[in-house]
Amino acid sequence: MMFNHPDITKLIFGRLTLDALPLHEPIVLGTMIAVMLGGAVLLGVVTYYRLWGYLWREWFTSIDHKKIGVMYMILGLVMLLRGFSDAIMMRAQQAFAFGHANGFLPPSHYDQIFTAHGVIMIFFVAMPLITGIMNFVVPLQIGARDVAFPFLNNFSFWMTASGAVLVMISLFVGEFARTGWLAYPPLSGIALSPDVGVDYYIWSLQIAGVGTLLSGINLLVTIIKMRAPGMKLMRMPIFSWTALCTNVLIVAAFPVLTAVLALLSLDRYAGTNFFTTELGGNAMMYINLIWIWGHPEVYILVLPAFGIFSEVVSTFSHKRLFGYTSMVYATIVITVLSYLVWLHHFFTMGSGASVNSFFGITTMIISIPTGAKLFNWLFTMYRGRISFTVPMLWTIGFMVTFTIGGMTGVLLAVPPADFVLHNSLFLVAHFHNVIIGGVLFGLFAGINYWFPKAFGFKLDEFWGKCSFWFWLIGFYFAFMPLYVLGLMGVTRRLNHFEDPSLQIWFQIAAFGALLITLGIVSMIIQFVVSFRRREALRDATGDPWNGRTLEWSTSSPPPTYNFAFTPLVHDLDAWWQMKEHGHTRPLSGFIPIHMPKNTGAGIILAGLSAVFGFAMIWQIWLLVIVSFVALIAAAITHTFNYQRDYHIPADEVARVEAARTTLLADHV
Amino acid sequence: MPPKKILHGLLIAAGALLAGCSAVVLHPQGDVALQQRNLIYMSTGLMLLIILPVIALTLLFAWRYRASNKKATYTPEWNHSTMLELLIWSAPLLIVMALGALTWVSTHELDPYRPLGRISASRPVVPENRPLTVEVVALNWKWLFIYPEQGIATVNELAAPVDRPIRFKITASSVMNSFFIPSLAGQIYAMPGMETTLQAVINKTGVYEGFSANFSGDGFSSMHFQFHGMTTEDFNHWVQQARDSGRELNRDVYRHLALPSERDPVQLYSRVAPDLYDAVVNQCVEPDHPCMKDAMNMGTHSGMGTPANPPAGASSSRASQGSALTGMPAAGHAH
Repeated sequence: MMFNHPDITKLIFGRLTLDALPLHEPIVLGTMIAVMLGGAVLLGVVTYYRLWGYLWREWFTSIDHKKIGVMYMILGLVMLLRGFSDAIMMRAQQAFAFGHANGFLPPSHYDQIFTAHGVIMIFFVAMPLITGIMNFVVPLQIGARDVAFPFLNNFSFWMTASGAVLVMISLFVGEFARTGWLAYPPLSGIALSPDVGVDYYIWSLQIAGVGTLLSGINLLVTIIKMRAPGMKLMRMPIFSWTALCTNVLIVAAFPVLTAVLALLSLDRYAGTNFFTTELGGNAMMYINLIWIWGHPEVYILVLPAFGIFSEVVSTFSHKRLFGYTSMVYATIVITVLSYLVWLHHFFTMGSGASVNSFFGITTMIISIPTGAKLFNWLFTMYRGRISFTVPMLWTIGFMVTFTIGGMTGVLLAVPPADFVLHNSLFLVAHFHNVIIGGVLFGLFAGINYWFPKAFGFKLDEFWGKCSFWFWLIGFYFAFMPLYVLGLMGVTRRLNHFEDPSLQIWFQIAAFGALLITLGIVSMIIQFVVSFRRREALRDATGDPWNGRTLEWSTSSPPPTYNFAFTPLVHDLDAWWQMKEHGHTRPLSGFIPIHMPKNTGAGIILAGLSAVFGFAMIWQIWLLVIVSFVALIAAAITHTFNYQRDYHIPADEVARVEAARTTLLADHV
Repeated sequence: MPPKKILHGLLIAAGALLAGCSAVVLHPQGDVALQQRNLIYMSTGLMLLIILPVIALTLLFAWRYRASNKKATYTPEWNHSTMLELLIWSAPLLIVMALGALTWVSTHELDPYRPLGRISASRPVVPENRPLTVEVVALNWKWLFIYPEQGIATVNELAAPVDRPIRFKITASSVMNSFFIPSLAGQIYAMPGMETTLQAVINKTGVYEGFSANFSGDGFSSMHFQFHGMTTEDFNHWVQQARDSGRELNRDVYRHLALPSERDPVQLYSRVAPDLYDAVVNQCVEPDHPCMKDAMNMGTHSGMGTPANPPAGASSSRASQGSALTGMPAAGHAH
């Protein structure tokens, strides 16, 4: 150490010391070395091929909603690998830690893993994937050229990425929270969690939360204000409807999360007593607030997935969506009701029978619109002509799987039943059943469905189907045993068991996780194979599935400006109607298109936020001040950037459109 | 269809294995847990009325209307039917109405605060069968049980006579846990500075597993205890055994006991400081620590809050905070 004077060391490093590195934990150390080597190789490749300039200009600073959407998807998929590694470690631990065998993970490590698994899967996998798909699809589907606030969109993405970076740093520098994914006090309070784990949790979620909230506002305004002429709300594609409702939920719910985490930070940093039992504080307040965010969060994730299934089922049944109006109202009813059910997460914390009954029954009522949606998909398939493409397979897999998850969910909503199933592996099975079977299957359907739009070539069918079957069968093997274990009275978050009769079930579950691994590997192979076969899989028409909504009317990938002329909408399935009426693309009369200009401000601000968060976590107060001042200065500087837009010249538009005309002519 | 087959196979396998193994939630020995189990069966049955047709129709339609089946009717523009809409909204509605009624009634009947009305389906509680009170304290990471009537206490071992109602008063020293004996009754949280109640009865002698069902830190996995359902004679004998142990549980011993430790052996105490449990709930076992009830009363007297509305009470929680123990008897929290 260069500095022998303790105060200077503290000034510069706060409470960060060499002990924070995992030098004595072989598993973590090995992972760290692997990640560092992998990172070095990646950086080397990017440098060798001189890609830095390209990445910076075309991606990092891009305010194009399509590229930002793709970056969100990449972030989500990379973090899926991390979250899934955690899952594999838990499955392995629980399959072996019986009797005298303690497994390979000590409690202090195991507890971090299940916390990180939950946090990562919800905040840094599901959220980026959902936001990414909405970002990419919504403007195209409503006939807009970008979102309402393009810079904000870039900034939101980088804030989410910064949160993810902080979580990843916690793996190697210090530790992550050991509290469970919602960090209930008093366990997450300073008295019982004095180290940096909970601080990593707080700051990564706060920084990512800013991104999520801003992105919610952005998409909400985009959908309200930027729909193509003629697209009344009741002519809006159903996916955009679910996106609208989800973003309403985001805007209403995420500030609650921000507030409750801010209060927890005050308890931890400033010695307040909001959630302790001292001086009139109460942990129940935290638990209420976090679930007032937490339950709508579930619907934030699942509503867009419902939207994806609606698009997919109608496209591949080659039929109009059955009951569009009832779908829209079902979505709205779910949106409203999702705020009236939060207490069902803690029936067992001593609420009275009437309160518990109320929240139990409101929860059941949500199953009515959800059930109606399922029937609507069912009757869309009825008298259709169903092609079993990969997105359609995911949809059918979803309809069967999600129905089971819905049933166990309603069962958990019956308070006396919840008293015996709360916190059990039955509960764990239930929420994986709806989040994997609902959200993740929906995302995979969406990825396979819109991939050709984003990249101009379809994904390989064979490997897509492999991935689907491994995931589906793996899911049943991994989670049906957990239902059984729950009925055997096994609670969640245990890292060691005494009763040997449980072991076989954990081993079946571990086998299921192995099958899911193969599903993920198939998906990676699918991307690689598709990229290599991209010429054979090329989508020249821009409409590979004979689609119904506006995104299929433009080229694949769409030009920067999405649509040379803003489309006019006359019907619900706008593109279908245009095709029916023999729509012809305009080939002349182009005018310059007004577009927003790229800026590096988003990545700079988010980078400074990550530094600020890191400094707060390690209490490096000097760096806290420096990064905070820099953050404010950078934000103010950005306001003086007057070169925020430009015009694509009419010639350029004409050239791009002419190229498409040639391409279309070659493939008719 | 493969998914159907897999599902089917899994259900059969699960059913067979469940029947053979100890699915304690489905085979409990206490009347409350038994009623909860019956409720699980009833609700599941009600829901299957709609779930099974939906799954069957999904697979049927997927097969029947596959693109290669040109014989099937194809109506690409058909997208609305008022009759069908009525049906698809009202079918789940009817199920939920039935389930909602069941929920309302059963939630009130099986409210853990409500004194038991019956020992088992055929035997109502008679007045002379007074409930046995047990005060439960979740510590890091072990369970303390205090028997105020008997004046004894135990660590990591609980016993009760069969067919006698038990009233648990539950709290925790510092972290939230959940007190759960699946064979006996559903769980309820053990929370510091708060008290919850659970009413239950065990109907059969035997040894049952109890544990914490809410993650509470590093020692959580080994936070088990055994619950013994005993005949009255055996229970009296067990109490006598504790009385003979000659060890006293006073505040000093408690403070030592409350320090984090794992896999503690069973301990019996012959005497318990009478105000200990009250001090634990009010977070004032430490001598220099003001009791919550006093602190809150101070607040009410100086006008910082009103007695009817203590400043710290979580609105939706009926878990009584420490203050409730002063003026309001626990019965005020039952029906």
